[in-house]
Amino acid sequence: MIGPFSIDLSVEVGGIKLRNPVMPASGTFAEGLEKVIDFNRLGALVTKTVTRELRAGNPLPRVVERPGSLINAIGIPSKGVPHFIEKIIPQYAAYDPPLVVSISAPTAEGFASLAAELTLPGVSVIEANISCPNIEEDGKAFAMRAESAEKVTRQLRSATKLPLWVKLTPNTGEIAEVARAVEGAGADAVVVANTFLSMAIDLKTFKPCLGNIMGGLSGPAIKPIVVRQVFQCAKSVKIPIIGCGGISSAEDAIEYMLAGASAVQVGTATFLQPAAMVSIIDGIEMFCLQREISSVTELVHGVVIEEADDQDLAWLSPPT
Amino acid sequence: MSLDHSSVTMQPAAAPSAPPPVPWKPSIVAEVAKVVANTAVNAEYRHLVVDCSEIAASARPGQFFQLLCPHPVGEQPFLRRPMSLYGADRTRRRVEFLYKVTGAGTRGLDTIEKGGTLDIMGPLGQGFTLDSKWRHVVAIGRGAGLATLAPLAKAAKANGTKVTAILSARRPELLVSVDIFKRHGADVVPVTDSEQTSGPGNVERILRGLIAEGRCDAFFTCGSIRLMRVQQRLAIEFGLPGQVAMEQQMACGIGLCYCCVRDFNVAGEIVNRRVCWDGPVFDLLEALP
Repeated sequence: MIGPFSIDLSVEVGGIKLRNPVMPASGTFAEGLEKVIDFNRLGALVTKTVTRELRAGNPLPRVVERPGSLINAIGIPSKGVPHFIEKIIPQYAAYDPPLVVSISAPTAEGFASLAAELTLPGVSVIEANISCPNIEEDGKAFAMRAESAEKVTRQLRSATKLPLWVKLTPNTGEIAEVARAVEGAGADAVVVANTFLSMAIDLKTFKPCLGNIMGGLSGPAIKPIVVRQVFQCAKSVKIPIIGCGGISSAEDAIEYMLAGASAVQVGTATFLQPAAMVSIIDGIEMFCLQREISSVTELVHGVVIEEADDQDLAWLSPPT
Repeated sequence: MSLDHSSVTMQPAAAPSAPPPVPWKPSIVAEVAKVVANTAVNAEYRHLVVDCSEIAASARPGQFFQLLCPHPVGEQPFLRRPMSLYGADRTRRRVEFLYKVTGAGTRGLDTIEKGGTLDIMGPLGQGFTLDSKWRHVVAIGRGAGLATLAPLAKAAKANGTKVTAILSARRPELLVSVDIFKRHGADVVPVTDSEQTSGPGNVERILRGLIAEGRCDAFFTCGSIRLMRVQQRLAIEFGLPGQVAMEQQMACGIGLCYCCVRDFNVAGEIVNRRVCWDGPVFDLLEALP
């Protein structure tokens, strides 16, 4: 029998210990949330992506809803590095959880120099959002292919001593290969995944619903696809995986952990229930209590795959 | 002055111990509120009243809530819907909204019956501010702006400020908030399209009259870009302050997602602001259509 308060929720994720496996997804977290939840309850704090160039963001509308999902094309508004160092990092100095800084750049060299500049006191982890377009490869995201993902990760690795998490795109048919390449290049963890490239059209006007025409799909609708991608990556890499995609309940988070995630990020759910992350942490603890699981790490990659001959397992690695 | 002041005591060598940490408390909550009433007030608008927590009921004029609307048959509104505050009573722990059924979210709101529940999140954003020096202000609203301006009536009365409310609608029977303004001692000037009194020219004529009589220390407005422009012009001409509550499509409501940004003219420079977090109430002269 396991008593209350005896459940160990802490997890090791890519070079850093977290008090629990729940943290925000980049872009869905800012100082305003402090009025709704106690930041000290979270496993980590994750900033919005910062870029070196000043970015105004995309034309409006920037979001459109679809059943069980949201499509966004915010466009990573960024006030640049000096503003980030002077204004954003100090906002989180008073909180206990480690600060994960999300970065993006249009070139591998740009990623590396940004990571180096943001390797600062108060920053615990660099999360490289390599799902953005790579101008050296005709706008194709770095994380679409193993070669480009490996190159940018290698440069990032040599630029910072901080734990390096690399956030992958789900818009590739070879996510397990990309994850392995990123691991080989020195990443401490992978975040699986970002939003799905998508589109919506207004039937009144025949125009795209988003100012940017296309956007990224998130929310509960994408969860089963990303759970599958986490499962595929977990078979492919030894470094920890942070699951991200459509998590809005403790059950969703646990499903991701069973598929192979050591921790999870919660994004869109916060827009609907601003205290979602805290509810998820409490729900994971309750689940462990009920199932007599003393450490949440026991859930990681706990999915039970029945024994079968190789023929039957062929579906696990479908041809692409 | 003597430097060897004998009454100055020595400071202890050790730094004074830090004050005990203040326990964290939310100032915005998402909660399941009980619906006390959800009734039609005219052919367009419905009045929704809910019992809620003290945090929600402490909402101030100009602030808003994000409502998680029930799904009407055949539709699945995903995001919360921003809804400006129509009334708040802290002691009775109650908030009120006025809404027009226009889309999936408000069609869902329409289905809630008395005694049912609604997930509300708030209070959100920066509301109106009333300067204690203002003796007489003007509130000008149209459409949803009529609901947004209504809580000003009570707040202005408590502040000892007289209000003239210029309320605009297509037809007289579609006007809302008239009773609230009157109940709190405001002068109400209804202007309508059907009576051809709602045009910017006539509203400007009314405003010039009020300014001439010294009855316009500040403008408060919501719901009409045309009327906002009239007020901006007069505010510059007469050096008067003003506040405008602005709308924008929203997702999170607490400044996280940057979906509800608008441009503002701050001393000649175009500045991007979040309506949900930096507003929805902004300086009248900084607002751009």
